[in-house]
Amino acid sequence: MIAEDFKYDAPVSLADAFALLHQYGDDAKILAGGHSLIPMMKLRFAAPTHLIDINNIPGLSYIKEEDGFLKIGAMSREVDLEESEIITSKYQIFTDASKLIADPQVRNFGTIGGNLAHGDAANDHPAVMMALDAEVEISGQDGKRTVSINDFFHGFYTTAIQHGEILTEIRIPVASGNFGSAYHKAERKVGDYATAGVAAVVQIDDNGVCTKAGIGLTNVNATPMRAERSEAALVGSMLSETDIAKAAQYASEDCNPSTDLRGDIDYKRHLVGVITKRMLNRAIQRAK
Amino acid sequence: MKTVTLKINGTEHTAEVSPRTLLVHLIRENFSMTGTHIGCDTSSCGACTILINGRSAKSCTILAVQADGKEITTVEGLATAEGLHPIQEGFHLNHALHCGFCTAGVMMRAVELLEKNPNPTEEEIRWGISGNLCRCTGYNNIVKAIQWTSAKLQGKELPSTEPVFV
Repeated sequence: MIAEDFKYDAPVSLADAFALLHQYGDDAKILAGGHSLIPMMKLRFAAPTHLIDINNIPGLSYIKEEDGFLKIGAMSREVDLEESEIITSKYQIFTDASKLIADPQVRNFGTIGGNLAHGDAANDHPAVMMALDAEVEISGQDGKRTVSINDFFHGFYTTAIQHGEILTEIRIPVASGNFGSAYHKAERKVGDYATAGVAAVVQIDDNGVCTKAGIGLTNVNATPMRAERSEAALVGSMLSETDIAKAAQYASEDCNPSTDLRGDIDYKRHLVGVITKRMLNRAIQRAK
Repeated sequence: MKTVTLKINGTEHTAEVSPRTLLVHLIRENFSMTGTHIGCDTSSCGACTILINGRSAKSCTILAVQADGKEITTVEGLATAEGLHPIQEGFHLNHALHCGFCTAGVMMRAVELLEKNPNPTEEEIRWGISGNLCRCTGYNNIVKAIQWTSAKLQGKELPSTEPVFV
């Protein structure tokens, strides 16, 4: 399958990329890893007239802790997360998620920034970032702005990124104290989108009280979703079996899945409950 | 049209391509190397797997223009004048192919897998080739072949190549 014809540029600086975006207008698209965009173009679901390939722009791929944040350059690949010492030792939620995203070849190219900027509720990083309370840096000709992940997803394939802007960095508050995180999605086969997925993050003080909780849900709402009622039920609790069951029940009640080939609404709600419980327990285990 | 210059299996090639040309088509049609196969054409099956700067990639989901300046390895680049590459030897001796359509892709994927993880567990091998589909479902012998190659590359005692019936 061949995409509709388009013009291609591969700028070597962000300034050049912004200039091209302005020059070409609304029909230009940014090409990052390309493993969502190119399949869509081949299927003719997308037909941008210009592709601006940002793979040759240096300085957009890094994973580091700095100024109280875990900073991930938007062009970091899934494989970079899998191979990063900081990630595998402290932020296992990414290791869980990466392993379930597509397959090794796709993870060699797919980027973290692209996974978010695509604005697809079926992607896995949105829920993970919500659970981690991330913020994203969006850059444009007029400078940079920071947007909370809670305000980032606007709808089906639409995000807070305006035309002429590029997502450049993801920032996550550095994990401190007894911090644990976990992610799992139910998928029919390797590489499939989630039937339902849950990201769970907990922070526990020395008395065993939960001081922070984050729960993000994949593919059970029109946009990536935060299970706020579940989070509220956990914070301040001792994370007993009853507390966890309550959080799981809230997540299952509050999500809005739709029936499709992967399952019906009741099944997906049930899955959300089960996975929330399991991921909370795994995150708590990791926090100890 | 754009000019693309890239190295394939150590040899420099140049071509004029339309931006929408896929890398797999450039390799197969412009340069007549048909060892890289097109299976699903939707980045699911892995038959088109090649190495780009040493990283396994699905060449049906990468534009030819993106490979400008890159070093590509295809299945044609595995064997040398001295003989088969250890992964090819492993596939041959362990009967790791039935129809053979997926084989080039699986071998290219296995090359990177063993480079990064010279001594993978069976589970790591199975996750490692999870982006390659064998519709003959000959996975057991593929896993066996990769284990054999891993031993061979590390100079370890070679496992038996006798068929295992499960």
